[in-house]
Amino acid sequence: MDRVRTTRTAWTASLLCLGLTLTACGETAPGEESSASADREADTAATAADSFSVTAPWVKAVTAEEGMTGVFGELVNGSGGEITLVSASYDAAGAVELHESTTEGVDSTMREKEGGFTIPAGGSRLLAPGADHIMLMDLAEDLEPGAEAAVTVEFSDGSTAEFTAAVKDYAGADEEYEGGHGEEHEESPDGEQEDSPSGEHEGHGGH
Amino acid sequence: MGDGRTRFSRRGLLLGGAAAGAGAAGGALAHRWAAEPAPAPGVPALNGTLTVPFHGARQAGVETPPQAHGTFVALDLEPRTGPDGVRRLMRLLSDDAARMSRGEPALADTEPELAEVPARLTTTFGFGRGLVERVDAAAVPDWLRPLPDFDHDRLDPAWGEADLLLQVCADDPVTVSHAVRMMLKDTRSFARVRWTQTGFRRAHGSQAGGTTMRNLMGQVDGTVNPAPGTGDFDRLVWGGGGPGWMEGGTSLVLRRIATHLDAWDELDRPAREAVIGRRMDNGAPLTGTEEHDEADLEATDGSGLAVIADFAHIRRARTDDPDQRIFRRGYNYDHRDSGGQDAGLLFASYQADPLRQFVPLQRRLDELDLLNEWVTAVGSAVFAVPPGCEEGGYVGQALFGG
Repeated sequence: MDRVRTTRTAWTASLLCLGLTLTACGETAPGEESSASADREADTAATAADSFSVTAPWVKAVTAEEGMTGVFGELVNGSGGEITLVSASYDAAGAVELHESTTEGVDSTMREKEGGFTIPAGGSRLLAPGADHIMLMDLAEDLEPGAEAAVTVEFSDGSTAEFTAAVKDYAGADEEYEGGHGEEHEESPDGEQEDSPSGEHEGHGGH
Repeated sequence: MGDGRTRFSRRGLLLGGAAAGAGAAGGALAHRWAAEPAPAPGVPALNGTLTVPFHGARQAGVETPPQAHGTFVALDLEPRTGPDGVRRLMRLLSDDAARMSRGEPALADTEPELAEVPARLTTTFGFGRGLVERVDAAAVPDWLRPLPDFDHDRLDPAWGEADLLLQVCADDPVTVSHAVRMMLKDTRSFARVRWTQTGFRRAHGSQAGGTTMRNLMGQVDGTVNPAPGTGDFDRLVWGGGGPGWMEGGTSLVLRRIATHLDAWDELDRPAREAVIGRRMDNGAPLTGTEEHDEADLEATDGSGLAVIADFAHIRRARTDDPDQRIFRRGYNYDHRDSGGQDAGLLFASYQADPLRQFVPLQRRLDELDLLNEWVTAVGSAVFAVPPGCEEGGYVGQALFGG
């Protein structure tokens, strides 16, 4: 799964940079480079991560076979300026996306949230089943009820924060995904192209 | 469980100031779920806003003045649930119970508004022998097993021993219903319900606090009971008698006692009083005038007969050994949907050691207590009630080695 996480096409990265916020998009893959630039900023000003917290975070329990699940909770911004959560990551997920949901009748459909999750100054944004959520996909291991999941989120200024979400059994949060993601990621014979069938959903970290 | 524990990878350490600020914001949000305090001075707070802390050295729901409604739910662990599963289950349930005790929804609560009225909600967890054995067979208290047989018992296994008990009490029945359902949803991956027993007392506010309850036979029931907060109580209820992980815990013996009300109806008042040894009107012993007067077991009437008969319930329940006492916190039950034929008492007895305290008492009642003609124990289960936990911890943590 690690390979899946870090294998991204330039096309994917550039698409996501357009879709999210350009300020956070680097030319290279994320990770150390991104952190290093964030560290420089930290010396001069408070970051988005500094003012961020989560109230009541949880994630729906699923098996690796089910493959995908949602992270919920209330994103809180303690600062005087708006902050934007642009991506998220989870160690055992091949891909993580920020989603919004729309409901027609009783059918919910989720899709990627353009521009990430903005959190108003001194305010909050609720991630909930049937609404905005962080989508963990291509899970490499079960998320068992009562376990804890460490989720990392990245903001438009490049700063990151980690929070721990409790894993809960939950009957809902079964929205259809427009891209049908998660179904197509079963083992490909050579393991090399695992991410390509749904590559348009990959690469959140590539900005 | 997770709340506000935000780590900032940027600097690889917790930013104290930022965390404090964020915590304050989170607290403000959390308050949104908490019941609003009464706004105007002089206006008493709504009953529903009252809370009992979940966290503490001892579990709530034992010393807590009994709430009006109580539901006892017993579960058996699924065969696949191993020690780690039990640990995760107790983390989930402890977190649920803590949040709901504050009038906040549990995580993933699908009906969060129902959690807004805590009404002194308490959840008390009890471990059956099966659960403790599943985690650490060497850690089972010697008393954590079925009580010895009693001649008058007619036990139905349907109300018998189980692996895990949830005792959920509040002054509002909707609160109890929601709390039970929320927690049972979190048990589904680990356990299945064995039985549920639901009981009630007088509604909150109907009587002065501290009034001894009456059972459905009309008796003042529970006059002689150790008082929480006294050294006597601490010794009798929290006094140890188990392995180290139970330090600060107690035991619960839950007996379902059916009362045969139609037969009881055949007894006139003087006979009823003779059976118990107390007056029906105020619960005073037949040798006294007030409820809490000490019974004089030596007193005789003009013909030389004992005023409190040999067969009287309070004589049989009485012990000269101060260490053989128990603490009662019972609830009435009836099946109001089936015409009231099935009624009785959920006799919840807490004591440091059931074998040393409950069993001698029950043996005396079993041998000779005229009340046995009208009451029959149909259910019996023993649970270890672990100590309480602090914020971020979970009940039973010491059993899992920390």
